[in-house]
Amino acid sequence: MPVSIKHLLGLNGVSQEDIQTILDTAKTFREVLERPIKKVPTLQGKTIVNLFYEDSTRTRISFELAEKRLSADTINFSKSGSSTKKGETFKDTIRNIEAMKVDMIVVRHESAGVPQFLTRISNASIINAGDGRHEHPTQALLDMYSIREKLGKLKGLKICIVGDIAHSRVALSNIYGLKTMGAEVSVCGPLTMIPVGIQKLGVNVYNNIEKAIAKNDVLNVLRIQLERKAGTSIPTLREYHNYFGITAERIEKNNKDVLILHPGPINRGVELTSEVADGPYQIILDQVTNGVAIRMAVLYLLGTR
Amino acid sequence: MKILLKNLNLLHPEQKINQKSDLLIEDGIIKSIGNLSEKDISDVKIYNFEKMYCLPGLFDMHVHFREPGREDEETIESGSNAAAAGGFTEVACMPNTNPAIDSAEVVKLILEKSKNHLVNVHPIGAVSLGRKGENLSPIAELVESGAVAFSDDGTAVKTSSLMKSALEYCKMFDKVIIDHCEDHSLSDGAMNESLNSTQLGLPPLPSVSEDLIVARDILLAEYTDSQVHIAHISSKTAVDLVRYAKSKGIKVTAEAAPHHFSLTDDALKTYDTNFKMSPPLRTEDDRLAIIEGLKDGTIDCIASDHAPHSIEEKEMEFIYAPNGIIGLETQLALSLELVSNNILSLEDIVLKLSINPRKILNLAIPRFEIGESANFTIVDLEKIWTVDLSKFKSKSRNSPFDKRLFKGASVAVINNSQMFYEGKFSKI
Repeated sequence: MPVSIKHLLGLNGVSQEDIQTILDTAKTFREVLERPIKKVPTLQGKTIVNLFYEDSTRTRISFELAEKRLSADTINFSKSGSSTKKGETFKDTIRNIEAMKVDMIVVRHESAGVPQFLTRISNASIINAGDGRHEHPTQALLDMYSIREKLGKLKGLKICIVGDIAHSRVALSNIYGLKTMGAEVSVCGPLTMIPVGIQKLGVNVYNNIEKAIAKNDVLNVLRIQLERKAGTSIPTLREYHNYFGITAERIEKNNKDVLILHPGPINRGVELTSEVADGPYQIILDQVTNGVAIRMAVLYLLGTR
Repeated sequence: MKILLKNLNLLHPEQKINQKSDLLIEDGIIKSIGNLSEKDISDVKIYNFEKMYCLPGLFDMHVHFREPGREDEETIESGSNAAAAGGFTEVACMPNTNPAIDSAEVVKLILEKSKNHLVNVHPIGAVSLGRKGENLSPIAELVESGAVAFSDDGTAVKTSSLMKSALEYCKMFDKVIIDHCEDHSLSDGAMNESLNSTQLGLPPLPSVSEDLIVARDILLAEYTDSQVHIAHISSKTAVDLVRYAKSKGIKVTAEAAPHHFSLTDDALKTYDTNFKMSPPLRTEDDRLAIIEGLKDGTIDCIASDHAPHSIEEKEMEFIYAPNGIIGLETQLALSLELVSNNILSLEDIVLKLSINPRKILNLAIPRFEIGESANFTIVDLEKIWTVDLSKFKSKSRNSPFDKRLFKGASVAVINNSQMFYEGKFSKI
C-alpha cells in the first residue's frame, strides 16, 4: 500500500494509516536484513543525497546503509567539505544539488524548519533526519517499531520520554507518532528541560523518575548532551544522575518489567547506568538494527510512489 | 508656483480642526484655507481630493536606513522614497548603521544626504560609542549636529548603570532615550516562547526578557526623573507596566509596530523568515494587549521598525536569518485596519502616527494655518489595493504582507515645497 505523503518532514499530521504502512513495510525489510545477501534492487537508478549540516554518525550511517541495501546511488554532503565555507548560501547549494537531478534528499540541520524550506526550493522528496529541536521522524518510527516488536502493540501502552525534552528532536516526533498510534505519552525531566506548553499536546509531565518508572510500560531515555551549557539547565551531571538517572535498583524497586529504549549514543553513568544499558530491560541495539529497516521502508515508500 | 487642493477633509485633533476645506499652497507655504474658487486665482494647478482626508504629515519615529554601511539594503534616498510612498513626511532613523551614528560626522552625513528630499530624516544618536554598551557617545555634540533622540536600538542599553547615566545626561538637552527592551541573557532564541516554539522546535525567546528591561527603564526614569520611550512594545506584561508607570506620573512613552498588533506567532508555522523579527511576534493575548494599549493611550505611537534586509540574507535557515521586516509602505494601511475594525478613530491615527511622535521628540507639529509650511499627508480611506512588493520604493523586499489586500492608502504627501503624487515627486 502506498503512503499519502511525498516528504517525511515530521510525524506531526502523519496519519495512522501511513505510520502503519511504514512499520509493516519495515518488517519486510527487517527480514531482508537477516538474509545472507542483504540487498534488493528496489531503488536502482534513484539518486539520493545525504545532506548533513550537523555532525551525525549513526543516523548518517544508518541512512547510507539503507540506501545501499535498496541499490540507490548515494552522495554524501557534509558541511565541513562543502561550498558553504566559501560563502555560498544554503539556497544556492541546494539549487546546485537539484540541478544534478536528484530524487531524494535526506537532511540533517541544526536549524528547525530546514526540511520545510527545502520543499519550497527543490522538487526532490525530502526526508528529515533531524532539524534543530524540532523533529526526527525516522528515529521515532524505529522506536515505535522496536516497541511493537517487543511488546506486540502500541495502542494503550504507557510510554514516558525521559531527559532533556526541550532540546530534543526525538521527543516531539515520538509524542506525535505514539499518540497517533493510540499510546499514552508522558515526559519526565527537570522543569528546566521541559518546554513550554508541552501539556497542551496531551502529554503528562513527571518530575520524579521513580514515579515515571512505576507508572509506565516503556521509558525512552534521551541522551543528556554533555556539551550543553553546564550549570544552567542542570547543576551537574552527577546531580542529574542522582535525581533522574535510570539505575537497576530503581527499576527493580518500582517496575521490573519496564522496557528501556535509548536513541544513542549513551552517556553511561549519566542517564543510564551500565547495568541498565547492558541489562535485560533494554532493546538498545535492536533499535539500531531496526533503524536500517525503518529507513529502508521510508526510502522505498517515498521513492516509488 | 501655486497649487489648489480642493474638497479636502482637514483633520487635526491638536488644532481641533475637522472640517471640509480647500487649501491654496504657494511655494510650499499655506496661503489660504477655506472655500476657494479657482476663478479667483491665476496660474494655479488644481487637484480634486473629494472625500479624502488631509492630515498633518505622518511621522515614523523608528526606521532603519542602512546608510552608511549597507547601502545595498537601503539608502537614505531609497528609504525616504519608501517613506513618501507610505504617506510619511518625516522619519527618525536608528543609529545601528556602520559606522553607528555616534559622531557628529555621521549625523551630518545623514542630514546632508537627505536635505533635498521631501522627507525629513532625523538621526537618532547612539547612546553608547559603537553601540557597545560601554562608554557614552558624545551626546552634546550629537545634539548640536542634529540628533533628535538617543538609542542603542537593535540591542538594549546594556547595563543599568549606563542607562542611568544616559537618562541623566540626556535630560540636560530634553532628549529622550528610546530603548529596545530585551534582557539579552534571556533572549538567545529565534521566536517567542510559547506552545508554537515548542512545536516548531525553534529556540525560544521568552517575553519576560522584554518585561524585565521595560521595568528597569521605568524605575530608572522615575529615579532620575527623566524621560524614556519604549520602542516596539510587544508583550502584554510590558504594556501593563507602562500603564502602571503612566498612572504614577512617570515620564514613559511607548510605541508599537503594526506587525505586533496585526500578527501572532502562529504565522511562523511555515518557517517563513519574513515573520522573524525582534521583538518576535507573540501570542494572541499579547496582540490584544497591544490593541488595548493603543486604545486607552498607554501606547502613544505607531512606528514601523522598518528594517530592510537583502533577499539572500533573509532566505536563510531560520535560526541564521536576521531579524526584521520593512514596514514604511504597509504601516498606514495596517493602522487604518484598526479604524475599519472600529478599534481606533481616524483622530487616534493622527495622534499616533503624526502628533505624538513629534511631541516625544520635541519637534514642531505641522499646522493648518496661513503662513505655515505645507507638511501633510492626504489619505483615501476607501482605496482598495493589493500589496505588490516588486513595486515598493524600498530597496529591500522582506515583508510578510505581499499580496495582502488593504483598504485605505496615502494618496499624496506634501513637504519641503515638494509633492509626491501618483508615484512621482514634483516641486510645488
